[in-house]
Amino acid sequence: MSRDGSRASGIVLWWDAVRRDRKATAGAGIVLFFVLVALIGPLLVGDPNALVGIPLQPPSAAHWFGTTGQGQDVLAQVLVGTRTSLAIGFGVGLTVVLVGALVGVTAGYLGGKMDGLLSLLFNVFLVIPGLPLAIVIAAYLPSGPLTLGLVLVVTGWAWNARVLRAQTLSQRKRDFVAAAVVAGESRFRIVTREILPTMTSLLVAQVIGSTVYAIGAQVGLEFLGLGDVSAVTWGTNLYWAQNDSALLTGAWWTFLPTGLCVALVGFGLTLLNFGFDEITNPRLQLERAWRAHLFRRGRKPARSTPVVAAPGSGLPAPAVDHE
Amino acid sequence: MSEALLSIRDFCVDYITGTGPVRAVDRVTLDVAPGEILGIVGESGCGKSTLAQAVLRILPPPAVISGGSVRFEGRDLLALTESELRTLRWERISMVFQSAMDSLNPVITVGEQITDTLQAHRSMSGHDARARAGELLDMVGIPRDRLGAYAHQLSGGMRQRVGIAIALALAPSLVILDEPTTALDVIVEREILQRIRALQREQGFAVLFITHDLGRMLQVSDRVAVFYAARAVEVGPAAGIARDPRHPYTQGLLRAFPSARGTGEEPTSIPGAPPSLMDPPPGCRFHPRCPLAVDRCRTEEPALRRLAEGRFAACHLAE
Repeated sequence: MSRDGSRASGIVLWWDAVRRDRKATAGAGIVLFFVLVALIGPLLVGDPNALVGIPLQPPSAAHWFGTTGQGQDVLAQVLVGTRTSLAIGFGVGLTVVLVGALVGVTAGYLGGKMDGLLSLLFNVFLVIPGLPLAIVIAAYLPSGPLTLGLVLVVTGWAWNARVLRAQTLSQRKRDFVAAAVVAGESRFRIVTREILPTMTSLLVAQVIGSTVYAIGAQVGLEFLGLGDVSAVTWGTNLYWAQNDSALLTGAWWTFLPTGLCVALVGFGLTLLNFGFDEITNPRLQLERAWRAHLFRRGRKPARSTPVVAAPGSGLPAPAVDHE
Repeated sequence: MSEALLSIRDFCVDYITGTGPVRAVDRVTLDVAPGEILGIVGESGCGKSTLAQAVLRILPPPAVISGGSVRFEGRDLLALTESELRTLRWERISMVFQSAMDSLNPVITVGEQITDTLQAHRSMSGHDARARAGELLDMVGIPRDRLGAYAHQLSGGMRQRVGIAIALALAPSLVILDEPTTALDVIVEREILQRIRALQREQGFAVLFITHDLGRMLQVSDRVAVFYAARAVEVGPAAGIARDPRHPYTQGLLRAFPSARGTGEEPTSIPGAPPSLMDPPPGCRFHPRCPLAVDRCRTEEPALRRLAEGRFAACHLAE
């Protein structure tokens, strides 16, 4: 097993694959752009809470995104909000998958009573409606980004656990696991070194998907006023825009930039997900060449093997004496 | 001359890869007469399974059919619509796949699988379908009480026989057997082949029998087509080819099988390996491994030429 020897070059291969796949590149580009904004953006603008001008000014040279209902700079709010929103988004996305993996893979591999117990646990969490649970928890804890993160993790981990448990169950029956058991590998090692690596693409997809969920849910909850409304995040921007009757006054600049950011990040992450699918599944890549071949000849893929030359045309045949 | 049941002419199948198309079946011309057993033999990767699946048009992406024609019972298979193909498949042409383990649904019983097939094509009551399923199992020598068994409860040989029963369920006129016994031991293999031959004589369907085992092929088939590197290199009656192979590859294949009657000759293998289909050698594709190759073989690709009535070989030296 040359796993260790090839790990370094694995990362290089991945990066190369991301570059060559258009969807992954586009998605990565968008996400990286926003990460950069999150890192550097707040340094380029002043205090987002400062009152800098007349309220509800449309975009102008002085304030590129205009001013809010309170007279604050919208651009500053969007840029500063990016940092917190993305941090919570990625943080929750990763944590949700980590917790889900811990519970799901353990349940799937150990089986028996432990599996029963853990399955009961995540099934209960799946059944409890997310939004009311989030509201109740948020009501009891001090408001703030960390609380929000906690709430999202608590309401979001169960689905990942369920999926990973199912995947572990199917992998557990395979011959390479039996071989590892016979070779004397400890259970922990089998789970981490044998089973988990087979689910890499699934885990990556889950992290990306959970991040999209986290960003969307976070913005949603904050919009409802359940976050810390004095913090500056995308969600609270929208909360305040709504509070100041942006739709009634027609002040589109107070919510459109933020909304676009949320949509774009979601879009970029989803593109990245599709792209990774193609990268980790070589068959999809193979089919891409095939689809392009058909498309160039004006054909659409159907269930049966396509015929790309006209029937009966054939190629110039060598001399064959037909019976 | 009676009309051929299946008539393949200059048939080409490509696999579209990221680096360009790879030709897996190259201008193959073959006929299958009604009621005859035609065997297709060749090494792994020579295109025989690809050909079989391409005839039914069930090759998965990235395969495309890129040339030639396939006529079955007078109809052009390459011009049929999806729904016409669906009616044709199984009712007129059916297939037994290589690994029975994969071709049977693991979560429904064997009986349900047969009745599903029957009811998908004919309007039959459940009762009639079950009766017919029982008949089919009788036909392949499986006790009727196994109708309620799941695939994992049957042995490999039984599963393969179920596969055959399903293939014969609608009394097709052509049955394609794609390496039907490769995964089985020789005793079971012999039983199954004998049964196929008996059923074939009884019911009169034609068989396209694909295998890499030349000895088995010659015992079972009426006519044989030898494939090499995506091309048909020798075609003829089984007895004639066994007695007097005209293509060096066929000669090599026959020499590689030990004779059970023990003439004392050591089997000899063909040196080298089959060529990469992405970059085949110029001229005759077999020339790098051929003991009889001359200069002409390196530059000019031999056509499949007719040597005698029903005998064809693609070799410059076979005339």
